[in-house]
Order: sequence, then structure tokens, then C-alpha cells
Amino acid sequence: MNDKIFDYCLRIGDTSLILSHRIGEYCSKAPILEEDLAITNVGLDLLGQAESFLNYAAELKGNTTADELTFKRKEKDFRCLHLVQTPNIDFAFILTRQFLIDCYHQTLFNQLINSQDERISGISKKAIKEINYHLKRSTEWILRLGLGTDHSNQRLQNAVNELWMYTDELFIDNETDIKMDKLNIGPLSSSLKNPWEQLVTSTLRSASIEVPEANLYSLQYGKNGFHTEYLGYILAEMQHLPLLYPDVSW
Amino acid sequence: MSDEDQGILWEVFIQVKAGRPFKHVGSLHAYDKEMAMKAARDLYTRRNEGNGIWIVKAENIISSDINDGESFFDPSNDKIYRHPTFYKIPDGVKHI
Repeated sequence: MNDKIFDYCLRIGDTSLILSHRIGEYCSKAPILEEDLAITNVGLDLLGQAESFLNYAAELKGNTTADELTFKRKEKDFRCLHLVQTPNIDFAFILTRQFLIDCYHQTLFNQLINSQDERISGISKKAIKEINYHLKRSTEWILRLGLGTDHSNQRLQNAVNELWMYTDELFIDNETDIKMDKLNIGPLSSSLKNPWEQLVTSTLRSASIEVPEANLYSLQYGKNGFHTEYLGYILAEMQHLPLLYPDVSW
Repeated sequence: MSDEDQGILWEVFIQVKAGRPFKHVGSLHAYDKEMAMKAARDLYTRRNEGNGIWIVKAENIISSDINDGESFFDPSNDKIYRHPTFYKIPDGVKHI
């Protein structure tokens, strides 16, 4: 049983961790100073959530720490979703990725606050406040870009079209989902699809963005340990220092 | 990037807690009031600085002219009797 809770915590923790790393890469590159600080702030929230879940995962596994899980794990042992591995192509991509994940996080964490696992419900009650803010922020940007100019609408539509295929994975159930559902620890991923779709499509339509057709692009998923070509490069950079100087402190 | 690309200039006021005055803490650029409010939250309240935010478009603030200083403020310099310092305050009165 602990194996599956461990796997579940890795999925949630790794997803926030890798997204926070992508946001970190963007630090100092946002179009204006205010936005730079705001999006980095979101990244810090996500890193905090990742730390909470990885701390718990480390305790479940025993004889390890959140830092070790972050900096010494191999690519195939990560459980992050493909969507958060996608690169920072431009501001529209970064905002769209954030919006899609924020909607996912809100629907997921609204369930996790009632988890039978006290640790998970505790972390989630703290995180949901941050997530609600993230979603308000990204929703406003979707509307601002979608209803802005023809150019901003086109750039946003392009990002939505390109990223849409990665949303399929969010709602695929694997063995861990089935076990979590049975133990009332977490919802089936498939059960999140309807509320997520309603949230996403209502905002996109208000922003004059067309909602793409659903498509199945892969049979291999991050939550099962199969990753995009991007993750290896992310880890190479993220783990570089601790691998070069093991246990270094500052 | 030109100034115009950064949107409108806003002035931000923070209230430490309910009942206390809102104090000016700085300014920011944003394209609309929703964005200004979120930017103010992210820029000025990350370290528990307060529980209330006011935002005003900088152009809506009417400011005294620095060149008017002589006629505006100097005449009160020598009128110390305008401070109520010559009264005895009863012991029970607080917050003065």
C-alpha cells in the first residue's frame, strides 16, 4: 500500500517540481518586471508544494530525503506529467501551460483536501489557497491575451493547439489511481476530466479561443515513468551541481 | 522597450490591519486594474506587510506644486500656537 502512496506523492510532487524548474528558467525574461516577479512567485509556491509531497514520499520510503529524491533520482523514476516538461517557447505557451495545470490542480486538490490520508489532506488544504490564486491570475491572462489584439489571440490559440495533446495524460487512470480511489486517498484521474473541461472551455470560449479536438497522442505517460525528450535535459541541469559535488552545502 | 509598452502607472497603498490607515508603499506598471491588484499583491504583500490594498492610477493623484512651497507651507512655520500643546490632557484620555 505504501508503495502506491509513495508513487502518488511522487506524481504530484514531481509535477510541481518540474513546473517550478521551468518557471525558474524563465526568471528575468518576462515581458515586464511586475510579471517577472509574479510568475516567479507562482514557481516558488509550486516548489513549496513539491517539497511537502516529496518530504512525505521520502518518509514513506524511509532512509532518504526530499533532496535526495530531487537530485539523485534517475529520469525513469520521475512521475511528472508530460505537460509540465514542455519548454518555455514564448509567453503564450508559458501562460497556457500554467492555466491548464492550474485548472487541473484546482480540480484535483479540491478532492485531496478530503483525503483519508491526513498528511495529504493537510498539505492540500494549505496548497489549495495558493492554487486558487494561481488560477485567478492565469485566467485573467488568458482573457487579456485572447481578447487583446488579433496578434495576441493568434499566439495564444497557437499555444493552446500545441499543448492540448498533453492534457490527455491528466485523466488517464493507472494502477496507482485505482488504489488511491479504493483507499479514499485520491480521486480517479478520469473523474477529474469533466470538471476540468468545464473550467477550461468556459474560460477559453470567453477569451475567443477555439477549444481543440481531443486527441490521443501517446500510450506512454510521465505518471508511468515514460517521459518526453525534454525531461533528461531538465534533470541534467537541475541535478548537475549535487552530482558534481555530492553533499555540498552553502 | 518604450515606457508605453509597460502599461499604466499605478500607486499602491497598504493597510497593516483593519482600522489602520492605508500607507503609500510604492508604484507599479500594469495594463488594467485586475492586473494592477495582483501585481501589488505579489510585489508588496509577500512578507505579511498587510491585509488591505488600495490602488490608484498615478494620473488621478493631484499633487501640490513644488514651486508653491513658499506660499503654501512657509506661513505656518512660525505659528507654533496652532499645535494644541498648551492644554493639559486629562489622565484618562488615550491615543493623543
